[in-house]
Amino acid sequence: MTFGVEFRNITKRYGTNPSAPFAVKGVSFGIEKGTLTTILGPSGCGKTTVLRMIAGLESPTAGQIFMDGRDVTTLGPAERNVSMMFQSYALFPHMNVVENVMYGLRMSGVPKEAARSRAVETLRNVGLVGYDERMPSELSGGQQQRVALARALILEPGILLFDEPLSNLDARLRRDMREEIRAIQQRLQLTVAYVTHDQSEALAVSDLIIVMNDGLIAQSGTPQEMYEFPGSEFVAGFMGEAMLFPGEAGPDGSVTLGPLRITPKQVVDSGAVKVAVRPEAWQINRDGHGITGRLRKRSYLGSFFEYTFDTALGNIFVVSPDLTNVLDIGIDVGLSLADHGVSVVKAT
Amino acid sequence: MSKHPNKAPGLWLVIGLASYLLFPWYAIQDTAWYYVLPQILGGSETANGLMQALANDRNWLLTGLLGMGVAAAGLAFPAGKQQGRWLLAGGLVGLLGLIGSGFLIGARGWSFEVLNTSFGELAINQFGMGMGAFIALLSLVVITAFGLARIGYFKGDLFVAAAVVCCSALLALFIAFPVVKALSGAFLTEEGQWAATAIFQRISDSRIWNLNCLGGGVQCGVAWNTLFLALAAAFGTTVLGTMMALLAERCAGPRVQAPLRVIALLPIITPPFVVGLGLILLFGRAGIVNQFLEYAFDITPTRWFYGVLGILVAQLFAFTPIAFMIMRGVVQGLAPSLEEAAQILHADRKQTFFTVTLPLLKPGLANAFLVGFIESIADFGNPIVVGGQFSVLSTDIFFAIVGAQFDQGRAATLAWILTLFALGVFALQRGLLGKQNYTTVSGKGDSGIPMPLPDGLRRTLNGVVYPWLAFTLVVYLFAFVGGFVQTWGRDYTFTLVHFKTAFGIEWGQFGLVWSGAAWNSLFTTLKLSGLSAPLTAAVGLLIAYLLSRTDFRGRNTFEFVALLAFAIPGTVLGVSYILAFNVPPVELTGTGLIIVICFMFRNLPVGVQAGTAAFKQLDKALDEASLMLRATTAQTLFTIILPLLKPALVAALVYSFARAMTTVSAVIFLVTAENELATTYIIGRVGNGDYGVALAYCTVLIVLMSLIIALIQWTVGERKLGRRKAGAATALVTPA
Repeated sequence: MTFGVEFRNITKRYGTNPSAPFAVKGVSFGIEKGTLTTILGPSGCGKTTVLRMIAGLESPTAGQIFMDGRDVTTLGPAERNVSMMFQSYALFPHMNVVENVMYGLRMSGVPKEAARSRAVETLRNVGLVGYDERMPSELSGGQQQRVALARALILEPGILLFDEPLSNLDARLRRDMREEIRAIQQRLQLTVAYVTHDQSEALAVSDLIIVMNDGLIAQSGTPQEMYEFPGSEFVAGFMGEAMLFPGEAGPDGSVTLGPLRITPKQVVDSGAVKVAVRPEAWQINRDGHGITGRLRKRSYLGSFFEYTFDTALGNIFVVSPDLTNVLDIGIDVGLSLADHGVSVVKAT
Repeated sequence: MSKHPNKAPGLWLVIGLASYLLFPWYAIQDTAWYYVLPQILGGSETANGLMQALANDRNWLLTGLLGMGVAAAGLAFPAGKQQGRWLLAGGLVGLLGLIGSGFLIGARGWSFEVLNTSFGELAINQFGMGMGAFIALLSLVVITAFGLARIGYFKGDLFVAAAVVCCSALLALFIAFPVVKALSGAFLTEEGQWAATAIFQRISDSRIWNLNCLGGGVQCGVAWNTLFLALAAAFGTTVLGTMMALLAERCAGPRVQAPLRVIALLPIITPPFVVGLGLILLFGRAGIVNQFLEYAFDITPTRWFYGVLGILVAQLFAFTPIAFMIMRGVVQGLAPSLEEAAQILHADRKQTFFTVTLPLLKPGLANAFLVGFIESIADFGNPIVVGGQFSVLSTDIFFAIVGAQFDQGRAATLAWILTLFALGVFALQRGLLGKQNYTTVSGKGDSGIPMPLPDGLRRTLNGVVYPWLAFTLVVYLFAFVGGFVQTWGRDYTFTLVHFKTAFGIEWGQFGLVWSGAAWNSLFTTLKLSGLSAPLTAAVGLLIAYLLSRTDFRGRNTFEFVALLAFAIPGTVLGVSYILAFNVPPVELTGTGLIIVICFMFRNLPVGVQAGTAAFKQLDKALDEASLMLRATTAQTLFTIILPLLKPALVAALVYSFARAMTTVSAVIFLVTAENELATTYIIGRVGNGDYGVALAYCTVLIVLMSLIIALIQWTVGERKLGRRKAGAATALVTPA
C-alpha cells in the first residue's frame, strides 16, 4: 500500500539555534490516496507546520516525507505534485479572477488561450460563472473562496492542502462550502490534507482525523472512533465536550463510577481510570433512578436545553433535547448513562 | 515539467565562456569597451581573455577557465550535493585565481616588493579589469552560489543563493574594500611604512580635538565642531519636524496639507546648499538685512552670519523636511484606539499626549535624530557655502585631499573620526531602542478617531510651525529671485543674463550650438543620474526582498553588514573611492562609471528602505501561493511581487534619481573636468562669487527635477488593485 503522503519521524524546529524548541516532535502518519484527512488541534500544536512541510514551504529538521512512494523531503513546492488553499486565500490582488486561476498553468508554460479555457472550465466546476473579469476585491468571501479553490484545483494536484479554509466565512456559508469541498474531493478522488481547529468541521468532512497536541500526534482514527473512543483525556476534551470523572476499573472489565456501573467498549486494565462522558449521554430519570442530582442552572438554546446538576460526583453538565418536559430549578432527579457517548481513558 | 534543473548553471557557464571570447578583457583607457570590439583578437590592451592568456602570455587568466571547466564537469552529475561540490570548487578556483592574480600583478608587474625580491621582476603587467573580466567574475560568483545552493544552503533555491552572494560581493567590492583600504591609510606614515603609532599621532592633533572655544579661545577642534553642530542640527530638525508632523496630521485642515507636502518635497528636489545661498542673500554681507541695517542705523555690514550660526540655520532648513517626513509616517501609524483607551481610563488630553502619544513616537524620534545627525556630519554643501572660517570634518577631508596639503594620512584619519561618529550614533540608536517598534498598522481596521491635541500644545505648534514655514518660503523665494537680478546688493534690475550665460543656445553654422557654460555639466548629471537610478532601485529592492522574505543561514550577518554599510557618510565613501579605485585591478578614477557606482551605493539605503516598508504591507501568503502554483522564485518576483510593489518602485526610482542629481559630498572627489556635475559646478561658481549664475542654475535644476519626477510617476503608473475606495489609503508612497 503506497500512501499519497507519508511522514516518517518528522521533527521540525524553527531557526538554526539548536536550543530552539521543537514545533513538531517526531510525527509519523500516512494519508491514503483518494481520502480526506484532517489534522486537528489547538493553536500552536504544530498542525500548520505539518501542512507547510507537506507543501514544501518548510523543510523538516529531521525525518523523511514520501509522496506516492517517492522521497520528496528536500524538494521545493514546485517539484512536488501538491497544491494548497491558503487561510487568507492569497488571491493576487493585481490580477482578475481568471488570471488568478490560470496563473499556475501559465507558470508551467501552458499557452495563454489554452490556460484561459481551462481556467473558465475549472471555475464552472466550483460553481463560479460570470465573474471571470472581476478583481478579487470585488468578490464576496464565499466567491473568493471558490476562486482560491479553482486556482488550487487547476493543476490537478496529487495532493491538495487546505489551511483552515473556512475560518473567514460566516456560519451558514461555512456549512455550504464544507459540503462542497467534500463533494468535489469525492467526485475527483482527490487526496486531501485539511487543517482546522474546529472539531465539528473535522467530524463532518473527514475520512480520517489526526489530532495533534504539543507537536505530537495524540490519536488518529475515523470520526466515529475519535468521538466515541477517545484514547486520552486531551482527545476526549478536544473532540467535542466531555466531562471527566475518576472511576475504578475492576478485573472483570467493568468500571464503577460512584453508584453507577458501566461496561466500556474498550478493554481497560484494572485500577484507577477516568470516565469521559458526553453531555448528551446522560439520561434524566424523574423516578430518581441512577445518581441523584439537584438542578442548579438551566439555559434554553432553541433546539435543546442545557442543565447543570449538583451531584455526589460534583457538577454535571447535561444536554437534553426534550423541550416539552422542562425541569424546574431545584428539582431532584436521577441521572443514568446511555450506551453511547461514554468512554474510559487512562488516569493521568 | 519543462524546467530542466541544470538550465541555469549551464546558462551561466556559457556566459562565462562568452566573456573570454566576446569582450576585451581589460579596461580600455580613454574610450569605451564597445569601440575596441574589432581589435578583440589582438593588441596587448584590447584582446579578449583567451588571447590575453595564450598570445600575450598572461597565462594566469586561464585559472578562470579552469574553474569553469571544473564546474562544467559537475553538470554531468544529477542535481544534488555531489554536483554542488563540483560547482563550488570550480567557482572558487576561478575566483581565487582571477582575484588573486588581479591583486598580485598590477600595472608595473608584481604589486608587492616582496614578490619582486623572491620571484624576480615580472616582465608582463596587467591593467584594470574591464568588461570581459567583470562578466567572467560575475559568472564565477553565480556558479559558486549555485554550488552552495546545491549543497543545501539557501534551501536549495538557486535564485536566492545567486542574489545573496552577488549582493554580498557588490557590497564587499564597492563599500567594504574601498572604505577599509582608505581608512587603513591612517596607519601609514609619510614614507608609506606601516606604523600603528601613525594614527595616534595624527588623531591627537590639536587641530582636531582642542576645546579652546569653551575657554574663550578662537576655535575648537574640527571634531568637536562637527559633533556640536550635528547634535544641535539633529535636535533642532527632530523637534521642528515632529511639530510639523503633529500639526499636519492632528490640527491642520486639508488646506494646509498641500503646502506641507510641497515643503516636504523641496529638500529632495533641491541641492542641499540652495538654502545656504538663499540665506546669504538675506543675511550675507550684501544681503537684505545688512543693507537695511546700514541704511537705517549706519552699521557697517560684516560677515557675522558666516560660521557656525549660518551652517546651523541652513541645515535646520535643509533637513527639517526629512525629519518631518519620518515623523509624519510615525504619527500616521499610531493607532487612535490607544489614545481613546487612555481617555476612557480618565486621562485628560494633556496626560494622554504625554503618557501615551509621545512615548509611542519614541522610536520615530530616535530614527529622525539619527538621520538628522548623519545628514549633518555628511553635509558638505552648506559648510562650504556659509561656513566661513568654521571648519567641519567633511570640508577638512576635502581640503586634505584636494588642497595644497595633499595629505592622504590626514584625510584617512579624519575619515576615521567621521565614520566612528556615524557608527556610534547608529549603534546607540539600535542599542537603545532595539527592535522596539510601535507602529500599529495591522490588518485589523482601527475605527478610532485621532485625539485632538491639547490646547496649549496646539497654540505652541501654530506659533512655531507657521512662521517657520513662511521663513522657509522666503528663503527659497530669495534663492529663486536671486537668479533674475543683475548683482545682488548693488543692482537689483531684472535680467536674464545669468540664464543666458549658463544655458544659452545659438544657431551656429552647423545647427544648434549649446553655447551656455552649464550645459555640459547638466547633460553629464542627467546621464549619470539616469543610469544610476534604475540600478539603485533594482539592487535596493532586491536586497529588501532578501531581507524581508527569505531565510537563510547568515541572514542576520547579511542584514547587519548591509545596514552598517549605509551608515558610512558620503564624504568618507567619496574619499575611499578615489583612494581605492585608482590602481588595478579596479581602475575607475576619472571615469563616469565611478560616479554612477558612487551614486548607486550612496543611495542604496533609500531603495532598501522603500522596499522593506512595502514588503511589510504585502502578505507573505501571496508569494507562497505563487510558489505552490509551481512558479519559480524568479517568476514569483517578476509576476507577483514587482507589479504589487509599483509604488515602492516609483519611490525608489524618484528618490535615487533626485538624490543623485543633488548630492555633493561624495562625488566632489570624483568629478573631473570631463565629468563635471551640476552640483559641483554650482559650488565652483559660488566659490568665484558668481551667485547669479549659481542661483539661475539652481532654479533650472528644481524645475527640471519636478518635471522628471512627474514623468517617472506617470510612466510607471499606479498599482492596479481594483480596491474599493475605503482601502485606497494604503497605497501611499513610503517616505524614506
